[in-house]
Order: sequence, then structure tokens, then C-alpha cells
Amino acid sequence: MIMTFDDLLPLMPLLIVTATSVLAMLMIGVRRSYIVTASITITGLLAATLVAISMMDWTNQQITPLLIIDQYSLLFTVLVCSSAMLIAILSFSYFFELDDHKEEFFLLLTIATIGAIVMVSSNHFVSTVLGLETLSMSLYGMIAYPMHSKQSAKFPLEASVKYLVLSAAASGFILFGMALIYAQTGTLSFASLTDLPVAAVSLGDGYSIVALLMITAGMAFKLSLAPFHMWTPDVYEGSPIPATAYLATIGKAAMIVVLLRFIRASDSLNFDSMVTVLTLVAAASMLVGNLLALQQDNLKRILAYSSIAHMGYLLLALVASHYATGTLAVEAVTFYLIAYVITSLGAFGVVSVISSSEKEFDSIKEYRGLFWRNPWLASIFIAMLLSLAGIPLTVGFIGKFYIFLAGVESDLWMLLAVLVLGSGIGLYYYLRIVYRMLMTEKHKIPYRAGGVESVSAYGVLAILLSLLLLFGVYPAPIMSLVAAASAFI
Amino acid sequence: MILVVLISILFFGGVLAWLSEGLDSKYPRVIALTAVVIDLLVMLTLVGADAGDSGWIVQLNAQWMPRFGISFYLAADGLSVLMMVLTAFLGAVAIGSAWDEITEKTGFFYFNLLWTLAGVIGVFTALDLFLFFFFWEVMLIPMYFIIAIWGHENKNYAAMKFFIFTQVTGMLMLISILALTYFHYLQFGWFSFDYVDLLKVNTSSAIEMWIMLGFFVSFSTKLPSFPFHSWLPDAHSQAPTAGSVILAGVLLKTGAYGLIRFAIPLFPEASMTFAPFAMTLAVISILYCAKVAFAQTDIKRLIAYTSVSHMGFVLLGIYAWSEQALQGAVMTMLAHGLSAAALFMLAGGLQHRIHTRDMDHMGGFWAKVPRLSFVALFFSVAALGMPGLGNFVGEFLALLGAFKANIGLTVAAAFGLIFASVYSLWVIQKVFHGAYRNSDFDDSNLHDLSRREMFYFCAMMIGLIWMGMYPQSFLDLSAETIAQLLNETGQVLFAVGL
Repeated sequence: MIMTFDDLLPLMPLLIVTATSVLAMLMIGVRRSYIVTASITITGLLAATLVAISMMDWTNQQITPLLIIDQYSLLFTVLVCSSAMLIAILSFSYFFELDDHKEEFFLLLTIATIGAIVMVSSNHFVSTVLGLETLSMSLYGMIAYPMHSKQSAKFPLEASVKYLVLSAAASGFILFGMALIYAQTGTLSFASLTDLPVAAVSLGDGYSIVALLMITAGMAFKLSLAPFHMWTPDVYEGSPIPATAYLATIGKAAMIVVLLRFIRASDSLNFDSMVTVLTLVAAASMLVGNLLALQQDNLKRILAYSSIAHMGYLLLALVASHYATGTLAVEAVTFYLIAYVITSLGAFGVVSVISSSEKEFDSIKEYRGLFWRNPWLASIFIAMLLSLAGIPLTVGFIGKFYIFLAGVESDLWMLLAVLVLGSGIGLYYYLRIVYRMLMTEKHKIPYRAGGVESVSAYGVLAILLSLLLLFGVYPAPIMSLVAAASAFI
Repeated sequence: MILVVLISILFFGGVLAWLSEGLDSKYPRVIALTAVVIDLLVMLTLVGADAGDSGWIVQLNAQWMPRFGISFYLAADGLSVLMMVLTAFLGAVAIGSAWDEITEKTGFFYFNLLWTLAGVIGVFTALDLFLFFFFWEVMLIPMYFIIAIWGHENKNYAAMKFFIFTQVTGMLMLISILALTYFHYLQFGWFSFDYVDLLKVNTSSAIEMWIMLGFFVSFSTKLPSFPFHSWLPDAHSQAPTAGSVILAGVLLKTGAYGLIRFAIPLFPEASMTFAPFAMTLAVISILYCAKVAFAQTDIKRLIAYTSVSHMGFVLLGIYAWSEQALQGAVMTMLAHGLSAAALFMLAGGLQHRIHTRDMDHMGGFWAKVPRLSFVALFFSVAALGMPGLGNFVGEFLALLGAFKANIGLTVAAAFGLIFASVYSLWVIQKVFHGAYRNSDFDDSNLHDLSRREMFYFCAMMIGLIWMGMYPQSFLDLSAETIAQLLNETGQVLFAVGL
């Protein structure tokens, strides 16, 4: 296949991010400067975001058999690039005091973003694996990044190795499943997977189901769905906060998009056993995530368990996509994902603003009285927590609304009951944190003074808060955008 | 437009009150009171206004989320106006009761108070079910803050329980709302959350019952009715006085309002099938909670249980679904709003003075604080249903209407009036009569009601006497709404032969 210039144009966001990473690498080689490397990264990601936004109205093109650039992948390219940019800004102040080479973190972050963009644009197994591995490889590095830092009380190396081993095993499962599918259909493209039910007839259901189960299990691991969730709290707790935020938001969003495209293209839910498996996984995730979060005192662990539950909510909508008419369930997945990314970034952002690579404030005890000491920061955190809990005025509520609507439309009453139960339990641990912040403080806790370097981080939080309120109170524009994009799935 | 103004005054008044704390910690209460009084005056222009052909005195309908047919639809009829006036009146009273009691973080307190009121007014006027649910949840958060920050010794537990109870049952209602709109989608081909559109939906009776139950559980938790009442005593005993006033006077009424406006008119058939069960729950609430009230030593918990008991009459009246019964329910809502709020303020005032709520430590207060004791006697007598005061009219009408619907249950419910006399007079006897004892507390702060306190207690007394002596002026306001609701459901029920 011959690539022409016209083919390159839709790839602009990807190319910009790639160029950014090359530029940042060369820059580090020429002269180490933390602020310059950070600026290059942030500018590059901002440019990619803006270009992707401008392309959204007119681009719908399959570039080579590997990548599809349509409105849906562009929507997520925007989400990925803008989130990566915000995380880059947060990491700038987080790593400011790190007593080691700091610049390469931005390099890893940019490369991970390349992987994520490939994943959200992928409709072929090969590009899925390429994107997934690029993303994961960079994440191993990001998680272990402050390993030489003497004061760091956390265990970045342990977290990284844990994630490396388990993630590689999960990738192995995914590859094996892909191989089995290839053996039946002779193709690796999602578009040709509609033959799968046909092939299943000739070879017997079992063969396809094993393949689908292996892929699902591997992806469920990456999404930290129960019962593949064990790694999540440890890795979240051990990683530096920007890496945790990246893993929790972009890492999962990209994986969900692949899973959604794969499931929709392959009609896997035509197999009843697949529906049963996904239903059980969704229910287990909602319950396990929320129940295990109850007894935690570490914020990162709470957010880890809550993310397990949130992935369970998302899976409910994914199951609903099999029954619901039109694109409603796909819209639900999409909107909820956007809401989840905004909210999680905000929550991790608050923790990151008062922490640094040398001292992380991640025990909920340390948040006692924050509301009276720093009302703005605490208000932002409360808004994020209420959004995670799905309370109105926040984007999280509209997301929940979508999930409920998709569930009702598909008659998934059992899953809805579990959702209500899970959200009810969830309220308890979100409110526990809120209550801590409202208490009067007993003794002063020495937070980081918050120098000039954290001004931009406060800016990030302000942006996220405005998005949270805007999408929560007047979601009509983003709703129609999501609806238009979802038509492409 | 006027409804948006009403809500925004409270919203922005709250923000302003919070910001003004930076200048002086006394500004927030002045700003809050001004905002509520302005709101009350604006509302009074709507009282008794002609509803016109549409059935709504004022309405506003703007697109909000066209993807799902969700609109920003606010409207008020006689019933809504009555409830709004009650809200603003008790809002002003609550600010009065917090005037000296709340001394810390005043700005944020009045911010929360005004936002709760704004949410409640939204609930009383929203006609789009999504918007209704939106306000329904929005009013919880500031109330949570009020209990969690300014509450008493066990506030975390009480605030958490209050929030989880209402939020979880709220989610059941959300599912019901969505199921109803989905049926609308199936029948008409487009999504709508508009109350008027949804009234037209036909649902099969088996599913209708489940959807209706979603609404019922949510509303009867807020009301509250047995068996969903257990959050209320905790919330009341831990909340600051102003919080209790708003909770008892206003928030509980949103549950009753929801039943009258939404649960029954949207599902007339299922509701009438369910009515005997609902009325049974009402009777259990009346009798059981009166009994439990009698066993309390914490004066605020006692009043909280009597609230549940009195709201049982409201539930009974609503599910009897006749003109008299509904008038009785509405009247009880108003009268109980005043009497319960006054009793909580008295209990809060006592706690503020002697730092205990335990009645075992009290006794013989009449000699020491005669004005306070007289006011307490007045409101206790009002609450027990003395003829000539508002509560009597309400409970009598509710029983009268219910008698036609179900004789057995009504007879049982009537015993509630006797129990009410027993526990009310028992409290008076225990706290205000007998020998004065001050061995268990420091009585240096035990002074009689101040002029400011007398002012708002007198205002509430006048309200109750007015309701008792000339109830017609209130009945007229809600009559048209009730007639219309009965007419609409009557047609549906007639069609199915019920």
C-alpha cells in the first residue's frame, strides 16, 4: 500500500506527539533543562489536542488496514492528548524537587501517549498490540521513576515489577486469544471479525469462546476488573501520583475503546456465555471494588478500589450495548469514560498538588481540616469525590444517568440492582474523606509550601473543576458530540 | 421567570453570604435573612393568583438536554405556592434560630442553609422529572454539610446515615423515572421527561407496580414512613437547631409533595392497588412511632419520633385519595411544619441554655422560664391536635377522608391522637412541672425567651391559630390543584373500572 500525503494528514495528532517525543529526547541530549523539556511536552500535546479537535468534523478515513481515524477515535485522541497534557503539568510540580534526572519522565509520558492514540484509533489486532505494548512499556518506566529518590517512602520499583510481570502475562493471554481467532478466520482486522459466529458454526462454539475469553481476561486485567483486580491497589499506591493518574485515566480509557470496538465488531455478545461472563465480571467488580474500599485509609488505595467499581459500571453499559437499540449504550460508555477521566484526574490532581515526589500525602488522616485551611483545594476535592459518587451538579451524575438509562433500556435489572447497592456502599467511603476535610484540625500538618512551580497545577485543577461543573449542569453540547461520535462505532 | 428569580436569589444570596464572612462574621446572617425575606415577599405575589387555562400560575419551559427530551421546566400551581411560602417562612425562622447559636464558620453555614432552601423550592416547582430529581439530590448535599459540620456529638454517623438513606432510595427513583421515560419512548418514539407527557404513558400493570414502588420508597423515606424512618431521629438529634427546623418543617414535606404530585398521578392504577398497604404502613407509623416516642429520654429524638407519627396522617390522607383526605394531608403538612419546627427550636433553645437534651435531667422549668414554658405548652397542645389549631383541622380532615376509603385502618389511626396527648402532656409534665432540679447541669445560662425568640414564636402561633380558626383561606389555595389531580386520575381509574 502506498501512503500519500492525504493519508498522512489524518495522522497529524499522532505525528505531532511522535515529533514531540523525538524533540524532547534530542533536547535532553543537548542540554538538560527541566522547564524546557516540560514546555516542549506540554506544547506538543496541546498542539495535538487542538489539531485533533479541528479535524473532528471532516475526518473519517481508514489509514492502512491498521488505523481508523473517525470522529470516535478523534474524540478519544482529544481526551488522551489533553489528559496527558494536564498530567504533564501536574508532574512538573510533583517532580520539581526530585533529586535525580527528571526530564525523562516527560519522554516516557509522551511515548505512552503515542501508544494510547494508536489504541483508540486501532481496528486491527496488530495495531492494538503495538499500541498496548508501547503504552505499557512506558508505564513500567513511569511507575518506577522515582526509584533512586532516597526520601521516597513508597515502593515504586515493587509496583513497577508487579505491574510488569502481571501485565506481560495479560498481554500473553490477549495474544493467544488473537492467535486462536486468526486460526479460525484468517484475519486480524476487526472489520472481518463478523465471520467469527460463522466460523464458530464450522469449528464448534468452544473454540471461539476460548479465544474470546482469553482476550477478555487479558483486557479485564488491564482494566482492573474483578477477579483480575489484585494488582491495582498495590500498583496505585506504589507509583508516583502522575504515573498513577496516567494509568488510571488514559491507560483505562484507551483499553475500553479497544474493547468496545472489538466487542461491537466481532458480535461476541451473540455468544450467550460471553454475556454471562461479562455480567458476572461487572457485578463482581462493582461489589468487590466498593466493599474493599470501605476499610482503606490510604487515598490512593481508595481510588484504586473505586476505579475497580467504576470499571464495573462501565462494563454494565458495555453489556447493555448488545441489547439497546441505537447507539445509546455506546454513548453511555463514552460519556461515562469522559466523566471518569475528568473526575479521576481531578482527584489525583488534588493529591498531587499537596504532595511531591519526596513526600506524598496519601493517608486520609492528613486531610483532616483541609476545608478550613485551604477551602479552594478542599472544595475541588469534594466536588471530585461527589462526582465519583454520582451526585448532581457534577459530570459524574450525568455519567451515572447514562449508565442507568442504558441499563433500563436493556432490561438489565439485576445489574442495576447491584449498581444501586454498589453506589450506596461507595457513598460511605467518599463521604468519609469529605468528612475528614470538614473536621476541625487538631494539629497543623506541614504541607508542601507550594512554590511558584505549583501555580500551573492549581490551574489544571481549576480547568478540571470548570469542566466538571459545565458538563454536569449544561451537558447538551458534549451530549450531542458524544452522540455524533458514537454513531461511528 | 419569576420562579428562576426565586431560586437564584437564594443561590446567589448563599454565595454572597459566604463571601461576606471575610468582612465580618455577622454579615452572613443579615444577608441570608434579607434574601429569604425578599423571596417570601416575591412569593406572596403569587398567592391566590389565577391559574388560567394551563392550570399553572407561572411556568417556564426551556430546552436543557434535547438529546433526551429533558427541559428546564418549572411551574407552580396553588399547591406549589403554598409549599414555597411554607419553605420561605420556615427558612426565615431557621435563620432566626441560628442567629446566636451558630458562631463558627457562619458564612458557610448560611450558604448551605440558603442552598438547601433553593433546592427545596426547585423540588416544589420542577415539572420535568429529570430536573425534579436533580433538585431532589442537590438539596441533600448542603443539608449533609449542616449536620456534619455544626451538628452535635455523633454528627458524622447521623449525617452519613441521612445521606445514604436518601441517596440510595433516590437511585431507585431514578431507575423508575428512566423506566417510565423508556415506556414513553416505546409508545411515542421520542424521549421525554416532561410531567405532562409522562402522564399519558400507559404501562402494563405488573411493571407499573414496580416503577411506582421506586417512587414510593424514595418518597416514603423522605416523609419518613415506617420502615424507612430510622435516619430521622439520628439526623434530628444531631443537627443544629436551624437544621432540624428545615428538616422537619420543609424537607419532610418534599416526600409528601412527591407522592401527591408524582407517585399517584403517574401511576393511578398501581397506586390504588397499593393503597391499602401504604395506609397500613401509615397506621404503623402513627402508632408505633408514638409508642417509641414515649420511650425516649432525649427530647429531640422524642420530637423526631412524633414527627414520623404525625407524617403518618399525611401518608394516610394521601393514599385515601379523596378531596377531604388530600386537603387534610396538605393542611397537616403546613401545620406540622410550623409546630414541629417550633418544638425543635424549643428543644434546641433548651440545649443551647443547659447543654443537655436528656429529659431525665430536667424538671420544674415553669417557675424559672415561664415564657418558654408557655410557648412549649402551646406547641405541644397544637401538636397533639387541639381543636382550634391547625394540626387538628389537618388530622381531622385526613381521618374523615380516610374513613370512606378504609374504616378499619382509620379507626386504628385515630388512636394516634390519644397517644399524641399522652406523650405531649408527659413531656410537659416532666420538663416544666414538678420541682425544679438543677443538680445535673449548670443553669447559669438558663434565661427566658428573648424578645427576638418571642417574635418568631408568636409568628408561628399566629399561623397555627389562623389555620385552626379559618382553614378555608388555606384550603382554597390548594383546592384547584387537588380537584385537577383527582379529575385526571379519576378518568384513568374510571377507564379501567376501579
